[in-house]
Amino acid sequence: MEFKISNKAKTVTLALIVIGAVFMGIGIAFNMGHGEHFGTRFLVGALSNAFFYFSIGLGALFFLALQYATETGWYATVKRVIEAVAGFLPYGIGLMVLILVVISIMDGAHIYTWMDPEVVAHDEMIQEKSAYLNMIFFWIRTVAYMAIYYIFWNGFKKRSLEEDRVGGTDIHFKNYKKGALFLVFFSVFSSTSSWDWIMSIDVHWFSTLFGWYTFAGMWVSTMVVLVLLVLYLKKLGYLEKVNDSHIHDLGKWTFATSFLWSYLWFSQFMLIWYANIPEEVTYYINRIENFKVLYFTMFIINFAFPMLILMSRDAKRNAGILTFVGLIILSGHWVDAYIMFAGGSLGALAEIGCLEIGMALLLGGAFIRIILMNLSKAPLMPVNHPFLDESLHHEI
Amino acid sequence: MADKVFYAMYDDDDVLKDGAKKLVSKGVKVTEVFSPFPIHGIDPIIGIKNTRLGIMAFIYGLTGLTLATIGMRYFMIEDWPMNVGGKPNFSYLDNILAFIPITFEFTVLCAAHGMAITYFLRNKTLPGMPAQNPDPRTTDDRFVMELRVSENSKFSAEELEKMIKETGIVELDQKSL
Repeated sequence: MEFKISNKAKTVTLALIVIGAVFMGIGIAFNMGHGEHFGTRFLVGALSNAFFYFSIGLGALFFLALQYATETGWYATVKRVIEAVAGFLPYGIGLMVLILVVISIMDGAHIYTWMDPEVVAHDEMIQEKSAYLNMIFFWIRTVAYMAIYYIFWNGFKKRSLEEDRVGGTDIHFKNYKKGALFLVFFSVFSSTSSWDWIMSIDVHWFSTLFGWYTFAGMWVSTMVVLVLLVLYLKKLGYLEKVNDSHIHDLGKWTFATSFLWSYLWFSQFMLIWYANIPEEVTYYINRIENFKVLYFTMFIINFAFPMLILMSRDAKRNAGILTFVGLIILSGHWVDAYIMFAGGSLGALAEIGCLEIGMALLLGGAFIRIILMNLSKAPLMPVNHPFLDESLHHEI
Repeated sequence: MADKVFYAMYDDDDVLKDGAKKLVSKGVKVTEVFSPFPIHGIDPIIGIKNTRLGIMAFIYGLTGLTLATIGMRYFMIEDWPMNVGGKPNFSYLDNILAFIPITFEFTVLCAAHGMAITYFLRNKTLPGMPAQNPDPRTTDDRFVMELRVSENSKFSAEELEKMIKETGIVELDQKSL
């Protein structure tokens, strides 16, 4: 069955983009006068929003590769939805690279202070790290991540459509190998890329857990988007083969990954709190001084809401509850992503105002529109997936 | 009143499922099915309700959480305050981060053990209890459906037997209780 973007969806996404642009305009008009600080604030907002949406696309690619590598059966009926979300990746890559280029040209724009030669000249700790944290190596890595993500995404997309035409199991086994290979790359890149793009903002600080923490946030946001998208399509009468069990499974993933995220957040926080070493606690002191309410509210809603509400079996099968919890988690992780970037760069000067919300709405509208466009480009149900039959009879 | 039990044996789970569907659609009550592995989709056919084990797990978990909190508060704050890592040691709330891992572990411990024991008790399969399945072959490659005459008062024993025989069984065993 072919998906067509309804007029309502077109209006809503367009409205989101327009409202976002208006908010952004207001934000720019009111804060222009702050000079250099405004530039940093603008770029932090842009970078954190770009990363948030980019990471959802990347999470979907990871989730797809995971299904291929584990030869999973149940997901076949929602495969095209995962692919559509992963289809945001090229746009996300473009956005991330664009913003990173601007920041690099501006010598780090007070976000990546290690990019600024003047700062590095007076900072011995950054000098010690400069074998890894220097502009050339940073860009080699960034290009490598993006290129490899893109190549894998392109291959998965092509083979998925080819499978519809050709059938057989050759493509399945090729996907199996490529999926496993992607996981090998991703297991390293998910950590190193989060060090490069996010952890290097707090340049004196480091945490070996940071990569997993970022990755878990990415994964849970992806699962929420998948659940919401499947529920939306079901409501419009598409995906009639997707039954309660598929939605239950997606709900379980949401539940489990939000626990994973909470677990990693807490592990990082508790160990640093317990050891109480000055060079480690700076990260949290900064956040507690500048974002106390927001930071801990964010943790509590990202942890407690999914735990208490999604625990029962019936809740994971209820579209209303899933949508409610999903939207809350999504906004919680948006705040998480924002504080990740703004904590070390803006600190006390950070605020979530018209500018940041405008960017979130604008990019959110574009994100939804692109995903819906991707959905309409391919049939919603794969026809020759070897596990399609298993998925159609999925029951838990 | 004397009761009569039928044990209908099948050599294929799909045949058993179809047979159960056919019998239930005629109004027969199937008491139990014995199988070496879980048969997908048999529960709603023979009218088995969803398990309530999850609710018990939640209650056991809450018990563990409460016990751990009470215990640690008594050990570490009231009875013998200890200075661990220079943390303020006269308040539970200020130290709560340090107590969370143990609270979590104890919650899981209680939930897991409580669930396992409840499961064994409820199924009467505690170690040493007599086996419930009517035929040892149901732990190998056979599937048995149990029907009781007392639960099917609409039908006589002969009618029931005739209906069961139409469902592709390989063996039929009867027992009077």
